[in-house]
Amino acid sequence: MNYTFHWHQAFQALPDMLRGALITVEIAVLSMVIGIACGVALALARNAGFAPARAFATAWIETARNTPALFQIYMIYFGLGSFGIFVDSFPALLVGIAFNNAGYLAESFRGGLRAIPATQMRAARSLGMSAPLAFRLIVLPQLLRTMFHPMTNQMVWAILMTSLGVVVGLNTDLTGVTQELNVRTFRTFEFFVLAAAIYYLITKTVTLSARVLAARLFRY
Amino acid sequence: MIETDFARTDLWFMLRGAGMTLTLTFWAVLGGTTMGLVFGVLRAAAPWWINAPLGAVLDVFRSIPLLIQFILANSFKSIIGLDMSAFMVACVVLSLYTAAYCTEIVRAGVLAVPSTTRRAARSLGMSWSQDLRYIVYPIALRVSLPSWVGLALGVMKDTALVLWIGIVELLRASQVIVTRIQEPLLVLMLCGLIYFLMSYPISRLGAYLESRWRDHD
Repeated sequence: MNYTFHWHQAFQALPDMLRGALITVEIAVLSMVIGIACGVALALARNAGFAPARAFATAWIETARNTPALFQIYMIYFGLGSFGIFVDSFPALLVGIAFNNAGYLAESFRGGLRAIPATQMRAARSLGMSAPLAFRLIVLPQLLRTMFHPMTNQMVWAILMTSLGVVVGLNTDLTGVTQELNVRTFRTFEFFVLAAAIYYLITKTVTLSARVLAARLFRY
Repeated sequence: MIETDFARTDLWFMLRGAGMTLTLTFWAVLGGTTMGLVFGVLRAAAPWWINAPLGAVLDVFRSIPLLIQFILANSFKSIIGLDMSAFMVACVVLSLYTAAYCTEIVRAGVLAVPSTTRRAARSLGMSWSQDLRYIVYPIALRVSLPSWVGLALGVMKDTALVLWIGIVELLRASQVIVTRIQEPLLVLMLCGLIYFLMSYPISRLGAYLESRWRDHD
């Protein structure tokens, strides 16, 4: 082994990488917000009486779950070009991950919805609540409770998936910044070890704070 | 008729890519499951001073993007001067990655067997290995198999990332064709269809096993 490690070079680039990490977290959070909203809508659509809505939701969910996330990002980045829509790598990555999140979360939400007795909804309606109000005040809080754990998992997945942006040429997120530095210096191992450590810290922070939050939120 | 430059040889090229995807999946799942079985049983039985470090190490594989694991393994291989093909590197990384998830699945399965059942087996005179084989294995299998099917499917989809270290699998093959004929939508749709055909039947099987075994509990 005749390789000299140059760690100081990697540590010098740490501020740049941390800025990249911020973008990574930003993409993950945004994709989760969109993903949860679309996921709830898809879960409801899948049980809807309107057949086209059901078909649309099924197509979305099965595509998201049965093809690689990278494929979904490619589809948005390259595929939409055929319709004359050219998207930048940042929105392509964001939409791709959100699409994936929505598909996976929709299935969990569907399971969660089934766990809430239909009698509760009926009771709420007969107390004079409108359907949306009953959904918001009765169903949604219980749903969020059972969905807390799957959502935390999905959040971790979203963070890990943001690294795929580099494949479609994103150079502002953590992996993108690291790759840029790597191309300039060829210190692949040092830079990516540091990036890996930052990813580890981010995911650990998310899982640990979720555990603390769950303990506080769901005391009863 | 729609005009296209997509040739028959292109389809063959993509199918060969799909073959690579399946080969990688096979080795990853084989290696990962073997290690996962050992580590999973170990994690369910071992004292904390083995359990905690093992869990922490395996947790690293689940907390770092797979893409970065590939890059790190590939450059580390060059640093220590190991003569290994990109395919071997991909298999090793994917196996470890699979093992990290499989360990948790196996552990959950083993822990799902009531300790009273296991004590009953031991007090009937069964040895530890007999207990594992005849009591723990059948019960744990029911708990673990649906998740294991899900894991195998997940790994198949994650193999797409090996394109970064220069292996031509299905997605990379599609990209090569897109670059040549400039018809991204058609080629990517076909690519997605192939992934779907490889994944969907198995995912239905997993769902079937889960519902069937739940209903018969």
